[in-house]
Amino acid sequence: MNIIIVSIISLAIIGAIAALILHIIAQRFKVDEDPRIDEVEKLLPGANCGGCGKAGCRNFAESCVKADSLEGMLCPVGGNNVMKQIATILGKEAHEAEARVAVVRCNGTCQYRPQINTYEGAHNCTITHNLYAGDTGCAYGCLGCGDCVSVCSLGAISIDPDTHLPVVDIDICGACGACARACPRNIIEVRKKGTKGRGVYVACMNKEKGGVARKACQVACIGCGKCAKECKFDAITIANNLSYIDSDKCKMCRKCVDVCPTGAILAVNFPPKKAVEQVVSNNSVEPTTQSDN
Amino acid sequence: MKTFSIGGVHPRENKITAGQPIVTAPLPQQAVILLSQHIGAPAQCVVEKGDSVKVGTLLAKANGFVSANIHSPVSGTITKIETVADGSGYQKPAIYINVEGDEWEESIDRSESLITQCDLSAQAIIDKIDQMGIVGIGGATFPTKVKLMPPPGMKPEVLIINAVECEPYLTNDHALMLAKADEIIVGIEILMKAINVDHTYIGIEDNKPDAIELFKQKTQKRKDIEVVRLQCRYPQGGEKQLIDAVIGRQVASGALPVSTGAIVQNVATAFAVYEAVQKNKPLIERVVTVTGKSLTKPGNYLARMGMPISQLIEVAGGMPEDTGKIVLGGPMMGRATANIDTPTGKGTSGILVIPESKAHRSEPSPCIRCAKCVAACPMGLEPYLLSKAVAIGNLEIAEERNIYDCIECGCCSYSCPAHRPLLDYIRHGKGKVMAIMRARTSEKSNS
Amino acid sequence: MNKLVVSPSPHIHSGLSTAQCMYGVLIALVPAFLTSIYFFGINAVLVTATAVVACMLFEYLIQKYLLHKPPTLSDGTAILTGVLLAFNLPANIPLWIVVIGSLFAIGIGKMAFGGLGNNIFNPALAGRIFLLISFPQQMTSWPTPSPWGANVDAITGPTTLNILKRGNIEEIANIDVINALIGNNGGSFGEVSAIALVIGFIYLLWRKIITWHIPVSIILTVFLFSFAVTVGQGIEYAIIFGELQIFSGGLLLGAIFMATDYVTSPMTRGGMILYGILIGIITVVIRLWGAYPEGMSFAIFIMNGATPLINKYMKPKRYGEVVKNG
Repeated sequence: MNIIIVSIISLAIIGAIAALILHIIAQRFKVDEDPRIDEVEKLLPGANCGGCGKAGCRNFAESCVKADSLEGMLCPVGGNNVMKQIATILGKEAHEAEARVAVVRCNGTCQYRPQINTYEGAHNCTITHNLYAGDTGCAYGCLGCGDCVSVCSLGAISIDPDTHLPVVDIDICGACGACARACPRNIIEVRKKGTKGRGVYVACMNKEKGGVARKACQVACIGCGKCAKECKFDAITIANNLSYIDSDKCKMCRKCVDVCPTGAILAVNFPPKKAVEQVVSNNSVEPTTQSDN
Repeated sequence: MKTFSIGGVHPRENKITAGQPIVTAPLPQQAVILLSQHIGAPAQCVVEKGDSVKVGTLLAKANGFVSANIHSPVSGTITKIETVADGSGYQKPAIYINVEGDEWEESIDRSESLITQCDLSAQAIIDKIDQMGIVGIGGATFPTKVKLMPPPGMKPEVLIINAVECEPYLTNDHALMLAKADEIIVGIEILMKAINVDHTYIGIEDNKPDAIELFKQKTQKRKDIEVVRLQCRYPQGGEKQLIDAVIGRQVASGALPVSTGAIVQNVATAFAVYEAVQKNKPLIERVVTVTGKSLTKPGNYLARMGMPISQLIEVAGGMPEDTGKIVLGGPMMGRATANIDTPTGKGTSGILVIPESKAHRSEPSPCIRCAKCVAACPMGLEPYLLSKAVAIGNLEIAEERNIYDCIECGCCSYSCPAHRPLLDYIRHGKGKVMAIMRARTSEKSNS
Repeated sequence: MNKLVVSPSPHIHSGLSTAQCMYGVLIALVPAFLTSIYFFGINAVLVTATAVVACMLFEYLIQKYLLHKPPTLSDGTAILTGVLLAFNLPANIPLWIVVIGSLFAIGIGKMAFGGLGNNIFNPALAGRIFLLISFPQQMTSWPTPSPWGANVDAITGPTTLNILKRGNIEEIANIDVINALIGNNGGSFGEVSAIALVIGFIYLLWRKIITWHIPVSIILTVFLFSFAVTVGQGIEYAIIFGELQIFSGGLLLGAIFMATDYVTSPMTRGGMILYGILIGIITVVIRLWGAYPEGMSFAIFIMNGATPLINKYMKPKRYGEVVKNG
């Protein structure tokens, strides 16, 4: 009986001393932190993708709490919804940002861009890119090893087994830009996301002269400039034998798509065509003609 | 017998062209001269379309300190100045020359006579080497004059001539040594004068007994040039390994090799230096080993730069039906190419044709941690760990474990029983880590 | 012409493959297998065959139906695990125990960690230790060796290790070292013949499948440590004692074939020597002062667990690290 009592007492004393030490240390080394940081962090997706430009979600939450205004701060994955909630917590004004999405600017499928040699090395785009021009004739096109896939923390991008090109799931993509940074050939661009995910873009990065580019790939941009002439909104520029459509200026009229001689300009997620083409003015883009392939 | 102290492998030598004399390859109909045949900035073109040039006419000037002049290897008319796909398939600036006849610049001494006397000062020699566009033609193509001018405070004590040729298959240096021993020795004397040292070691691996014998005989009466017989082991031809093997000193991580007091020059570079200084001949041709077991006439060919490799393969008996891989350089460090029209350059030491049956890598299997890569690494690194760290994107570990010391010799991938592409990842990670380190130093120096 | 292949350098390979390494080890085990057939007869074959078939079957089933990966039986690792497990068992052990040991070795020892290359512990060793703890009776009653296993049902008396543990000087002096060398003594059937195991070691060194570092450091440590412990009783006795420690029990089998398992041993030479020394010390400590007469399995097992730590701290000698200029 005595033993039990002694044990209980001694254990209780040890426990009390330990608790006291812990308490003192906790007090001594306490870090004062704004509790709102935790609250904001809880709202964030927690993917730590770096798309906001900060090192991670926690870091972004800290910046949000510290910042005077939320302008220019956007969690691209959470989008406006999350930013609004953050604004409510912090009592700051929310700033609407446009929805954006990653776009793969290469359409060089095996059919358009035949394989001319075999690559046998580590399955990694950057390694391939540093080694040589790739297993097709195009030194600018997608290498298909999926560096973009491996960096996507949301699983929004995957390699199509038939075309060996990456496909972005626009519903999941948070436009964090990790894939664009990972791509050694700069093929992926984060562009403005149109209503229902619509977009018009040049699916080619080949900067060779027209003939060379065309020889490597049937759907290469040859830099002919027809699209730029057709565009009424000054959205298209030609540089280094390559056309580029500025997604912020593009009104998605899709005239450029029709005039492109090689089919390098893609219009995606438009409903299938109906009757005759209509000239569309302003930003109220109505679905018109032209199927989207 | 001497050799380097850490790691190394001994691949099958396969020197099937050993002992074959140097054969002069015919001139191409069109020569394509790349403007970057060396490490450093591409040369600046000084000719225009339509110009006619002779053999030895300056085509492009060195663009900066680490760069080299490029001279015309053929005579004829410049048809265009454009781009050409090099061995990697990327377009690089190049000069196209339509070959007409074979007319040489008058200043070049084309006689066979040996000129031993050289009265130029050290600086004049280096200027001449610079002018003639000499680069290290062992494979790295580093401009020779840069190596001959060590930064202030570093005093070379000894010259080491790299006649190791540790890459399997290649025999171009071997053939050159047998054919041009006297010229090479004069070249060595000129190099010694240029860097003001009084002793030279010629490192030769013992798989070339005839070359060792010849050079021992040529130098037996003199004390300043010494032939060092080296045990046959790859990568003995690496600058760091050779210094270790010959004089037993090691280059500290990140330091210049000259910090050990040794300057290493390739034996073919010594010959090029002889021709440049004594004969006024720029670096316009070199011995290329065209080899492979499936070729009918493999051999050591003296070829002008700018010749498409397909033509050299024609000379060596034509492209075999079953060719699966073409490598520029040796099988350990050479670059595979899919572009058989790529022109040769100053660094093209060999063209290796591998048949389809030997061309493929085996499918990698899991790492069994056998430690063969660790034992093989001549830099004492841990390839299994580095490659894994890079593959999962952990560059901190890669840097901590000294990935930047890698010399990309390929011993790790060569010896891996699981056929893992160790070097592929390490090379990739080394590039990334070195970029990070450079950014860090420039950040530090800015602030 | 075919499509040309492009890959980063190097473009040649030593030709050595994982399977060749594993089959090389199996070839090195042949002499030990032959001597065990001589001393224990058909039972040795039966136990080995059961373990190999069971290991291969479990590996195939787990890879195919649990992990949904293509089975990799052809790399020979499952066969090797089976053989090593069997060699660590008495020849007269019931075969169903062998099957359980195989299941534990492959299922828990190897596959649970992620398969080849990821296991922390040597799978065969894990299987053996599991059996030793679960079936101590069957695992420690050794059959008497006799030509062609004629006398296999008889249980042998105290093994060399038991005698060494008792430490009776006279008893120890009576042990015939020759018997230990050729394998004419009680024990697990693969471990009894020192000569056969050493032949295998020489073969492994010649084929460059393993390096000398681990086995030699283990054997030297065991000898020196047991010599140091007994040197107070006379130098001659200490030498015999040390010799017997090396030639008895599973020491040689463990040092040459189990401790050198690629996956679970350190990567650098320094690390290998440290690993070997610690295995040697732990073995002798368990043998002399522990509850079990044999400590080799436990020693290797413990050091398997310490291998990642050794890898972290024992780096290879780097080029240019110690600049010896001047």
